[in-house]
Amino acid sequence: MSPLLSVQCINASYGEAQVLRDVSLDVAAGEVVTLVGRNGAGKTTLLRCLMGLHRPTAGTVTLDGADITGLPAHRRARRGLGLVPDDRGIFASLSVEENLRLPPGISDSAWSMDRVYESFPVLKERRKFPGTKLSGGEQQMLAIARVLRMGARLLLCDEPTEGLSPVLVRQIGDILRDVKAAGVTVLLVEQNVRFASTVADRHYLLAQGRVAQTLDNTEVKEREHELLEYLGI
Amino acid sequence: MTDLLQHAFNGLVNGSFYALLALGLAVIFGMLGVVNFAHGAFYMLGAFGAFILLNEAGVNFWVALLVVPLALGAVGMALERLLVRRLVALDPLYNFLLTFGLTLILQDLLRMKYGSQPQPYPQPAGLRGTVDLGLFDFPAYQVFVLVFSVLVSVGAWLLLARTRVGMIIRAATERPELTRAMGIDVGRWISPVFGFGIALAALSGVLAAPMRAVSPLMGADLIILVFAVVVIGGLGSIFGSVAAGFLIGMLQALGNVYVPGLATTSVFILMAVVLLWRPAGLFGREETAV
Ligand SMILES: Nc1ncnc2c1ncn2[C@@H]1O[C@H](COP(=O)(O)OP(=O)(O)OP(=O)(O)O)[C@@H](O)[C@H]1O
Ligand SMILES: [Mg+2]
Repeated sequence: MSPLLSVQCINASYGEAQVLRDVSLDVAAGEVVTLVGRNGAGKTTLLRCLMGLHRPTAGTVTLDGADITGLPAHRRARRGLGLVPDDRGIFASLSVEENLRLPPGISDSAWSMDRVYESFPVLKERRKFPGTKLSGGEQQMLAIARVLRMGARLLLCDEPTEGLSPVLVRQIGDILRDVKAAGVTVLLVEQNVRFASTVADRHYLLAQGRVAQTLDNTEVKEREHELLEYLGI
Repeated sequence: MTDLLQHAFNGLVNGSFYALLALGLAVIFGMLGVVNFAHGAFYMLGAFGAFILLNEAGVNFWVALLVVPLALGAVGMALERLLVRRLVALDPLYNFLLTFGLTLILQDLLRMKYGSQPQPYPQPAGLRGTVDLGLFDFPAYQVFVLVFSVLVSVGAWLLLARTRVGMIIRAATERPELTRAMGIDVGRWISPVFGFGIALAALSGVLAAPMRAVSPLMGADLIILVFAVVVIGGLGSIFGSVAAGFLIGMLQALGNVYVPGLATTSVFILMAVVLLWRPAGLFGREETAV
């Protein structure tokens, strides 16, 4: 079976500085795959290339067998890519509920508002608040809930646990496992390899803009110290 | 006392024009990041549109009030498609130059045809007398302008605050790229928003025709003041631009009573003070201030 997402030899740069070099990776439907790498390795840039917010200089992106490399961001979203950006991307001028309603429902798998509020009761309580009046953890939930409401098939999550307390990190872990159980595929950028190994099936290690290694969970657990040291944590 | 109230009322009527013009400038700036210098020229075209329709085709004020904003709104959309859009990616100065140049061309074209002499436009039938508002009589047309402008402002606010289109405009104004990532074709909305802003300018122009002289330069002085209004209200803040429009109209009128001659200057002094105290303007959000 062909993978849901296939990235082939993506190169990307900002001006003269090349940030991604021949990055290739595959994510199968239903998988949770992480992308680990130091600060500045190019993880966010890769997600932006996948979402259509940054134009790669070379390479192709295939979603469900169709080449989407040239598509604008909104068409990619309508094909099922859901971005959860590193700053959470909550609109300050929209209420919590409006943040949830902003993306159009794209398929039958789009969550209803009721389902979103059932899974995230805190968002229901705060639905009239301006989006950015929420705490960091609540904003993260809102960002994830928003793309589920849209009906995204593939979540692109950029460091969802960054800056959150251990309790909240565990909660995000539960959410991601629920998301996976609901059949949604996740490409997760994560520096916290211990957390990553509790939610993901496989891991890509990105170093200096290249895929340096692919690891499975047992390898990550065995080499945790080495990896943490490498990531500078 | 009644004298003061009368001045305040006149100020609010003037403020109506500031509010409608500032509202259009604010939505255009918010969505496109373009400072539309031609806004005053479209105000002037609105007044001339009503004037020409009346004199060449006998079309009355009420029809002009509907037709002229629609027609100039369509011209605005075409202008965005053909010219403004091509320059958006470049330095904002290019669009400033474009709209400034356009202003000069439009002004001179009308001056060639009609001269610089102010042209009279009759007050619409039915709004010629005065209305008794209890304390004293107000000119009916001025009352109409005030009420109508408030209604248009409230309507625009409801559109932005309560509808899906308004939600998309707010989101795209705040973070265009992220809005696209949420599955929304932001580009589709840019032309209509630009046209809407221009239509508001044209609407103010039609409203101005029976009250003020119709002349090629009528927008030129006004627009500088409206820029100050937008800055005081908070760049890109819809509510702020409307509120500041009415507020400044009134302050200006009252200022004129106490310190005649300084009324216009005082707006710019106010702008400087507001910017020192709140760099994002009275109603602007800090993160939108650049
Ligand atoms: N807008 C930009 N303009 C220029 N250079 C950029 C830009 N964004 C990122 N970079 C550079 O590209 C490189 C990769 O950045 P990127 O944000 O993709 O890394 P990252 O792996 O997500 O890092 P982090 O863990 O800090 O989020 C870095 O060297 C960064 O400085
Ligand atoms: Mg990053």
